[in-house]
Amino acid sequence: MNDTVACPLPRDDTDCVTLAHGGGGALMQRLVREVFAAAFGNDARHDGARVDSGGRPLVTTTDAFVVKPLFFPGGDIGALAVHGTVNDLAMCGARPLALTASFVIEEGFAVADLRRIAASMARAARAAGVAIVSGDTKVVERGHGDGVYITTSGIGALDHGLDIHPRAIAPGDAVLLSGDIGRHGTAVMVARENLHTATPISSDQGNLWPAVAALLAAGIEVHCLRDLTRGGLATAMVELARDGGWGIGMEETAVAVEPTVAALCELFGLDPLYVANEGRFVAVVPDGQATAALAVLRETAAAASLLGHVSAVPDGRVRLRTRYGTTRHVALLSGAQLPRIC
Amino acid sequence: MRFVDEYRDGAAIAALAARIAARATRPWTLMEVCGGQTHAIVRHGLDALLPAGLTLVHGPGCPVCVTPLAVLDQAHALAARADVTFCTFADMLRVPGSTTDLYTVKARGGDVRLVNSPLEAVALAAAQPDREVVLFAIGFETTAPANAMAVAQAAARGLTNFSLLCAQVRVPPAMTRLLEAPDNRVQGFLAAGHVCAVMGRAEYDAIAARYHVPIVITGFEPLDILDGIARCIEQLEDGRAMVENAYPRVVADDGNAHARRLMEEIFEVRAQTWRGLGDIAASGLALKPAYARFDAVRRFGVAAGAAAEPGECRSGDVLAGRLAPTRCPAFGTRCTPEHPLGATMVSGEGACAAYYRYRAAATT
Repeated sequence: MNDTVACPLPRDDTDCVTLAHGGGGALMQRLVREVFAAAFGNDARHDGARVDSGGRPLVTTTDAFVVKPLFFPGGDIGALAVHGTVNDLAMCGARPLALTASFVIEEGFAVADLRRIAASMARAARAAGVAIVSGDTKVVERGHGDGVYITTSGIGALDHGLDIHPRAIAPGDAVLLSGDIGRHGTAVMVARENLHTATPISSDQGNLWPAVAALLAAGIEVHCLRDLTRGGLATAMVELARDGGWGIGMEETAVAVEPTVAALCELFGLDPLYVANEGRFVAVVPDGQATAALAVLRETAAAASLLGHVSAVPDGRVRLRTRYGTTRHVALLSGAQLPRIC
Repeated sequence: MRFVDEYRDGAAIAALAARIAARATRPWTLMEVCGGQTHAIVRHGLDALLPAGLTLVHGPGCPVCVTPLAVLDQAHALAARADVTFCTFADMLRVPGSTTDLYTVKARGGDVRLVNSPLEAVALAAAQPDREVVLFAIGFETTAPANAMAVAQAAARGLTNFSLLCAQVRVPPAMTRLLEAPDNRVQGFLAAGHVCAVMGRAEYDAIAARYHVPIVITGFEPLDILDGIARCIEQLEDGRAMVENAYPRVVADDGNAHARRLMEEIFEVRAQTWRGLGDIAASGLALKPAYARFDAVRRFGVAAGAAAEPGECRSGDVLAGRLAPTRCPAFGTRCTPEHPLGATMVSGEGACAAYYRYRAAATT
């Protein structure tokens, strides 16, 4: 939708950043488009960018990590900071080579916690086969930070000739989902709100490069990859459809949600399609290779599924077929998803 | 998940849809009262499973939507005060008033806290005696008992720094208002199951008898909703008009007497303004004089201003079933969830917002 034509109201009538701008929805995308992409003049459509080094192409990316609480079931901000950036490289089809890390630490933060976070980062980086090669540390006054914020940047190598990018998405392509959804967001919520569930929920945060490498090694001609983060599966799908320019159809019955995650979402009135993940992605591949690609993904997660197909309708919209055979659109949320009154 | 999965079963839903199609011999117009039901209908596309002549009108049962602009402005004024900690349910955060919203008030330094239970606000008041804690008490008969409990606990603990900004509403007077409109189209109601879980069926028996209209107390899962529709159609086709409880796993005929006693101890019935519908006699709840010291409007002297709705908004027509959301000229262009013109677009459970999200999704 072209805002200037369709919407005669002021394009954004807030003069300050609100928490709604941080939700990964329409408000954040507008902020990024109108402030950063406008100033830097770049293409904001992908998780990383290819850089010409004169020899083999490299991919770079960067990500900032803020999470409350810092430690949660299944992970912590340190592991998240390594995997988040490794995953953004992986989504460009790039083998992670090296990371940098910078820390903004609040005055009064316990050094023991900092050690714990550093150890977790080291462990995650070692397991991912990537070195943390440089870094920076700043301390801010008490009350001016939330314990610690971490930013990691990464570079990765492209070992193949594929153009893994939304522009490569083509009508008829199959869209695969790499596992069950909604675990990270609910695990963090459980930790933050001190809730107790009979079956513990563990964040799905993890390294996506092995699964991507396995797809590439199996000869899958991957067209596009997108990890599911803040805005959940729905947001990733809307972005792929919009940025690729084609409609995408998805099947509600192909989306797996663990029973405890589903129950918590029911209680809080949250839609699992919009709940955060940190270890899941969608892969757009040629339909003829869908079965082979799905077999590869199922070696990592049994719940991996054929989510749907790219349509020949060039409207950039996502349609979901419900389990009742009816169809509805899937849209970006305005800001973050919020619990409902009743 | 027990109590959920069996009410989302595809085969059972297909069978019910077939039963409805077989029974409906004429066009009928039904209203689902509650925004939660509207949300479920649009999210699951349940209306697409119904015969062509059967129209669903989306009712006024969204507490966020019907909270008047003037009260939102009071909330924003209170939340901006340096001495106030303002507690709210999360979905009121982004609802715009005349000039701002709670997200923006918070970004500018207001102490706005999200609570999942009103009792969290009481705990905050006890924990910070030097600050005033104001709870935004909105909602239907579903939220009223918990808000009443918060006042009762604050009174029992002798708290003097706790108060309510109260905009509680009652469902039956709004149904009566719709039925008495000269151009009313609604021939049967799916009553809001969770409201009835508190209030029971007595108020609805009176409405069904007086207006000769079928009322089916209905739940929120797809199977519940189709069951409610099927029973309503069967009554209409048979010429009957009575209250049926299609949600007995949650609703007892006499409701929850304990919750009602608490509400009656703390609140009294008063007239209330509904965004989109206007003033409706006896449709709201106010603190009783014995608890007036917990009234934030009185304590802080924030009078309701004369807030004017954007003239173009036709949410009153949408709420009365005279206009489908997508037929409004402003829908999706001048009126979106980011820039709502009125009641039915401001909350995810408003009919216009539900249509925008699930039917006419913009790509940015």
